[in-house]
Amino acid sequence: MSGQLQFGEFGGRYVAETLMPAVAQLGEAWEAAWKDPAFHAEYDRIMAQYVGRPSPVSVAPRLAAALGARRILLKREDLNHTGSHKINNCVGQALLAKRMGKTRIIAETGAGQHGVATATVCAYFGLPCVVYMGAVDVERQELNVFRMRLLGAQVVPVTAGSATLKDAINEALRDWVAHVDDTHYIIGSVMGPDPYPTMVREFHRVIGTEARAQCLQLDGALPDVVLACVGGGSNAMGIFSGFVDDADVALVGAEAAGEGLDGKHAATMARGAVGVYHGMRSIVLQDDDGQLQEAHSISAGLDYPGVGPEHAHLRTIGRARYVSITDAQALQALDLVARTEGIIVALETAHAFAALPELVAEDADRTFLVNVSGRGDKDMHTVMAQREADVT
Amino acid sequence: MNAIADAFANARGQGRAALVGYLTAYDPDEINSLERLYAACEAGLDVLELGVPFSDPTADGPGIQAAMVRALSAGATLDGVLRLAAAVRERFATPIVLFSYANPLLRRAPEVFARAAGAGVDGLLVVDLPPEHGAEFRSAAAAAGLAWVPLVAPTTPDDRIGRVVADATGFVYAVTLKGVTGSALGVEQADRAAALTEQLRRIRAHTDRPIAAGFGVRTPADVRALAAAADGVVVGTALIEAAQISTADMAELVQALRAATERPA
Repeated sequence: MSGQLQFGEFGGRYVAETLMPAVAQLGEAWEAAWKDPAFHAEYDRIMAQYVGRPSPVSVAPRLAAALGARRILLKREDLNHTGSHKINNCVGQALLAKRMGKTRIIAETGAGQHGVATATVCAYFGLPCVVYMGAVDVERQELNVFRMRLLGAQVVPVTAGSATLKDAINEALRDWVAHVDDTHYIIGSVMGPDPYPTMVREFHRVIGTEARAQCLQLDGALPDVVLACVGGGSNAMGIFSGFVDDADVALVGAEAAGEGLDGKHAATMARGAVGVYHGMRSIVLQDDDGQLQEAHSISAGLDYPGVGPEHAHLRTIGRARYVSITDAQALQALDLVARTEGIIVALETAHAFAALPELVAEDADRTFLVNVSGRGDKDMHTVMAQREADVT
Repeated sequence: MNAIADAFANARGQGRAALVGYLTAYDPDEINSLERLYAACEAGLDVLELGVPFSDPTADGPGIQAAMVRALSAGATLDGVLRLAAAVRERFATPIVLFSYANPLLRRAPEVFARAAGAGVDGLLVVDLPPEHGAEFRSAAAAAGLAWVPLVAPTTPDDRIGRVVADATGFVYAVTLKGVTGSALGVEQADRAAALTEQLRRIRAHTDRPIAAGFGVRTPADVRALAAAADGVVVGTALIEAAQISTADMAELVQALRAATERPA
């Protein structure tokens, strides 16, 4: 398995030799765990009793009316414990870390959602936790930083580079190289070296499995379009995995176009090229010399110059399509969903909603299922600042 | 016989380990980088490792990371790095190994390998390209006449070492510690020195190629501790830090390190 590319021409294990044995060991441990009914039983138990699964599917009639769409359904990952989908993966990886005898957990975080979810499961399992976070993100997500510290995690601000998500990952990788014997690195998205992209997708598969059954129960039919935001792409892979074999269901990912594709953005799919980065071969934002470009998005969770290798593959084979959404479009969508449905979504999630008008214009007579990957409480500071800037 | 093998054989003939020096190209800018490279070769490097600046050097510690930031701010490009290599080659016979992350090379593969060879580069070391993926570059590099330098880590199990070193056509780079470049080596502790010797012995059992030990090697004492068991010793971060004071300080350090490569008769 090692050495192969898992997703067409994408994936792989592009890490320094020091980490290769750890990555291989993780791959073997994960495969064994995922075949073990006892592991599944424990994961399912925690999902039900602690995370609060299954998360419901809500019907969004007022949003549908506002957009002129036939029907819109919402998969409510925002109602999970800690307020986003990220906890699914953290529970799974923490269980695996314990099974492997690791005694220390590290993680990176962008918006802070993955950091909070990691700090939460570490408190739950009694594991020490270090979270690396770009200094810029520490600033714009101070509430989540406080949350992580309250949960007992050590938050380390990273000032190198653009001081955002990619630099936090760099620093977490350096930590892992130095403490590879006792430490497990909980990567927060479907990215990094194999087995992470596959493993993280599987820990989020529950989103798609539940949503598919819930749609059938509600409507007696599958949705026509499944829509999710994509940074690294974990919530999208989670919900896509439930529908990827249903050829008639369109899969759409919304990435961050920031200030616009000609300005500062994080639109990896629209503007990136094949590269090797953070342990994987995928699509990355880079210049002609192979230097990574700094991404920009109003949403810290989408502020990443790469994308999970399976998304790159799904696009290459034409199974999924990806659209780019600007900061302004996302803010507008956040507003609309709040007023029509009484749900304040995360800025990341708002990108998925912002893709709806274009999709409705193509064909309104469809059922759209949107993955509400997280709630927006953490972003109120950012949205308020934006409002003030707009007024002045 | 390639120039890298010659350099190691030459050092061995003189009863010492080869001194391999790493400098990030374009640090702090093109002109001063070239002055540093000239001075390092002049002061007695046996092999020059020329670092290709990369925006996200995850295997490197703060010292080399800062050098790469300086280099990229000064406008470093791969073409510029190869220009520096060619300039060094014009003046010195010192073998040059390009030390890079995969992506800058991938962006220009495969034509970059022939151009590197044309610029006087003798070998290639790609830090985030394990043997499982190495074939993507190795054959093109070999066709261009570039030697391949694989890395063996302290975490590499015995049953994997053979696979890693099988690719070596230059030397084998033995990573001395679990960590990033510039971390503390700790050879002053007897058990640490013994563990390093044991690590080198384990690698030796799998290859006839020269073995150079690096990561965390900063002082003449570090070099002395490794010179007995390794064919070569790699110093990077310490040279970069000395060069930040002055080129003369760096050259002086190279001379001191070179003197420390002598094995007791």
